[in-house]
Amino acid sequence: MHNLTLTELSAGLGAGEFSSVEVTEHFLARIKRLDGTYNSFITITEEQALAQAAMADQQRAAGSVPALCGVPIAHKDIFCTDGVRTSCGSKMLDNFVPPYNATVVENFAAAGVVVLGKTNMDEFAMGSSNETSYYGPVKNPWQTDCVPGGSSGGSAAAVAARLTPAATATDTGGSIRQPAALCGITGLKPTYGRVSRWGMIAFASSLDQGGPMARTAEDLALMLNEMASFDSKDSTSLEREVPDYRANLNRDVSGMTIGVPEEYFGEGLNPATEQAVRDALAELEKQGAKLKAISLPHSHLSVPAYYVIAPAEASANLSRFDGSRYGYRCENPADLRDMYMRSRSEGFGDEVKRRILIGAYCLSAGYYDAYYNKAMQVRRLIKDDFVSAFKDVDMIAGPTCPNPAFEFGAKSDDPVAMYLEDIYTIATNLAGLPGMSLPCGLVEGKPVGLQLIGNYFDEGRMLNVAHRYQQASDWHSRCAPGID
Amino acid sequence: MTWETVIGLEVHTQLATKTKIFSGASTEFGAAPNTQACAIDLAMPGTLPVLNAEAVRMAVMFGVAIDADIGLISAFDRKNYFYPDLPKGYQTTQLERPIVLAGKVDIQLDDGSTKTVRIHHAHLEEDAGKSLHEDFHGMSGIDLNRAGTPLIEIVSEPDMNSPEEAVAFAKKLHALVVSIGICDGEMAQGSMRFDVNVSVRKKGEELGTRTETKNLNSFRFMERAIVQEVARQIDLIEDGGTVKQETRLYDGDTHTARSMRSKEEANDYRYFPCPDLLPVEIDQAYVDAVRASLPELPEARRTRFMDSYELSAYDASVLSDEIATAAYFETVASRCGDAKLAANWVTGELAARLNSEDVLIQHCPISAEPLAALIARIIDQTISNKMAREVFAAMWEGEGEPDAIIEARGLKQVSDSGAIAGMVDVVIANSAKQVENYRKADEAKRPKMLGYFVGQIMKASKGQANPKQVNEVLLQKLDALL
Amino acid sequence: MSIDRSDIEKLGELARIHISDENALASAQRINEVLALVDQLQAVDTANVEPLANPLGARQRLRLDEVSETNRRDAFQATAPATEDGLYLVPKVIE
Repeated sequence: MHNLTLTELSAGLGAGEFSSVEVTEHFLARIKRLDGTYNSFITITEEQALAQAAMADQQRAAGSVPALCGVPIAHKDIFCTDGVRTSCGSKMLDNFVPPYNATVVENFAAAGVVVLGKTNMDEFAMGSSNETSYYGPVKNPWQTDCVPGGSSGGSAAAVAARLTPAATATDTGGSIRQPAALCGITGLKPTYGRVSRWGMIAFASSLDQGGPMARTAEDLALMLNEMASFDSKDSTSLEREVPDYRANLNRDVSGMTIGVPEEYFGEGLNPATEQAVRDALAELEKQGAKLKAISLPHSHLSVPAYYVIAPAEASANLSRFDGSRYGYRCENPADLRDMYMRSRSEGFGDEVKRRILIGAYCLSAGYYDAYYNKAMQVRRLIKDDFVSAFKDVDMIAGPTCPNPAFEFGAKSDDPVAMYLEDIYTIATNLAGLPGMSLPCGLVEGKPVGLQLIGNYFDEGRMLNVAHRYQQASDWHSRCAPGID
Repeated sequence: MTWETVIGLEVHTQLATKTKIFSGASTEFGAAPNTQACAIDLAMPGTLPVLNAEAVRMAVMFGVAIDADIGLISAFDRKNYFYPDLPKGYQTTQLERPIVLAGKVDIQLDDGSTKTVRIHHAHLEEDAGKSLHEDFHGMSGIDLNRAGTPLIEIVSEPDMNSPEEAVAFAKKLHALVVSIGICDGEMAQGSMRFDVNVSVRKKGEELGTRTETKNLNSFRFMERAIVQEVARQIDLIEDGGTVKQETRLYDGDTHTARSMRSKEEANDYRYFPCPDLLPVEIDQAYVDAVRASLPELPEARRTRFMDSYELSAYDASVLSDEIATAAYFETVASRCGDAKLAANWVTGELAARLNSEDVLIQHCPISAEPLAALIARIIDQTISNKMAREVFAAMWEGEGEPDAIIEARGLKQVSDSGAIAGMVDVVIANSAKQVENYRKADEAKRPKMLGYFVGQIMKASKGQANPKQVNEVLLQKLDALL
Repeated sequence: MSIDRSDIEKLGELARIHISDENALASAQRINEVLALVDQLQAVDTANVEPLANPLGARQRLRLDEVSETNRRDAFQATAPATEDGLYLVPKVIE
């Protein structure tokens, strides 16, 4: 049953082949049996899941229900869940139980979706390897001595290990696409503002975007149909109708122009990864798409700009974690300053503290113009590169990451090397464009991803291209060794 | 050598919206701690701000009232610092692009002249919560009900040169924001709070180093704080010292200010544009619509009171500054039909009583209609002015409507000419000596001698005889004896 | 640009992050590696480039001034570190 895709599970429930309670029990049992190895969940919500499943079965029996009614998924532990601990992968929020739901959580609940639990992640979504989680690293199901990517490594590994058919995730600089690539699954970061940020714990507000992870593009379409919404509680939410993302999945890709940026195939790209990506592009070409070499000349500046903007926003966003009203407070603070200093120093991990300090530095008196303002100007240059590219092409494609999954500890002492793993994904966040990753090969036995970058609001077309590719390839249906 | 004082004000004005600037929680004053602090106000993880349309409208309303340029695109910034009453660890404010740009406010000085105080800008921001300092086992209590209440911070140019000018400006602003309905003006509840920037210089020299005194929530405190600070700075300089740029905190209990240097000087607020809020764009049509909806401003009202009620400049000014006073006066004037008498009562007896009891006119126990009814009884000669004051006092104590009090206390004037004539006859008959003196006296001295007779008659009538009638009848009868 | 030990202590003070003596140098060094990466920005000519804060250049939506929140104090304070009489308790605030 766990080998069925989200779409197949939805169809099976509709056809009465199994009940939601059966599906839910199956996945819960699987999580209990296998997640000791992967550590992809922080919290398992068994009781709630079973109650939701029973409710979904009743609703289905009573009449017509939304497509995802009774299907189980998992939420990244960055989305606030009413009554369920929401840790954001941090000791700071280890005891935090929000009395409210994120809009994303509400949307899925309204569709009758069952929630199996909350998935592991890099602390406050800061990381590309899942090594910064307070709850320990997540193991890549393809090779358990390797990282699953991050920050949505728990969601990616859980889908790859078939502990859940799909999961929610967030992407600030590649946190959906990079782990999707490294775990051999499909993930989508929508246009900035397409998915509500209400109740999604902020890392860098102008870059954060929620999105789905699943095995196939078709599953992502099903997920995004529920996940995307206009939300009046989020000032940056897009006031635009949500289309049916499944409507055009099968459209022909012939006649479409796909831009291939030369900057995404330069130094640092693993040759085997490059080959896999080129093969995937050839498949799309075979289906009638036209490939066109393009240039995104400011690409090399996206990592530097990102490591000013994201830490700056984070340094302010994380000030609320001060030990006063919720979360971790140090033992016996001597005075107010001591409470702030120790609660934050003990409650945050090293990477989070490092980024807060970098952010504070970039905003401090005398440095604002040289760093923050400069980065925001470069951000416009990066966006303008894409805007002009999209005058000539319908979509952009390239590698998601330069390399397949690396081993634990390989980059954890070298932040800059770690940051450069996101070199192809970050620009998309800076520009606010939608991006996705889909499996396109194996390198050293580990998955690598093809990245698609769409124009604003063009998620439907990206899912269409990905679906057509997946109709002609089987990378997405391959299973990590040892997973039955 | 004479010293010149240079004063600039920053005025935090709470806007009278129903809800917070970025959340749908109520702004009502006086609720139990933290019952009006919602997830956004508490900075719970994952919460986001959405701007209140009414806060924008009120800020623009202020802008058009002071003839300011309006920032058609304004934006919010984060001001970062840690404090327990600041839940997010940053205040959302407008640094670079405020919604109200340069404007001006005219103040009237004691010598009758007018001075223009320039407004540098006014920006929207959120208020902080409150730290309660009474002891909770060595801890402080934090109440975040006020957190997120919308404020406009009005920043003046350093255009004032005395404590009196500063107070006149502050009062003018107070009258203005209340008149246009964007602030309830309740100073005791902190609806308007002043930070005062003060420096001194010798005439003709460059501006001196300024200090900022914070936390002033009454005109009286503000005046005292400025007087003290000016004296402190002059003493310091005359003793060979220099004024240090610093923030000072005024304590309303001890009436002293002290330096907050340790806390403030280490601060680097690391302002940057708030990524959770987008630039606010309004168009000229919006500004024009707000301008068209602007109620009468105190300045225009003053002129109208002088023209249509024929009030003196002084009375017109006193009655027009505060909208509550103006509305009260206009109701009394129209109901009783005599604007001058109404003005006398509102600026006289009523103002004195409000002042001595420290009550705002909004909370006056005598509303305008009953006061008008009382004045009407003076006009129709039912009671004298003196009796009216007694009735007024009884009304203040809640004894009821004026007519009922007049009736109950038997204060009705005797205006029956027969009865008055009778009393006059008795008094004349019993005062042979005084009548004789009157007859003999020079004509010029006679009016002065009437007082005795009037006194006797009023005594006989227990004060209820209509004095005007008494005078008439008495003169008539005495003259007949000449 | 690079930062030294005293800079990092100042930043720690601003951000209320305690920098331990043994970590100060290592932290400064790692931050300097990141700053070296970031310094690539300095070479870019950005004259007359308007900074981009929101990727879509959208404008703020306004909310109607209507009370939508009810008192949920108990729920919010259920996991608070210290409360009394509805107040959040923190070590004494000295102004």
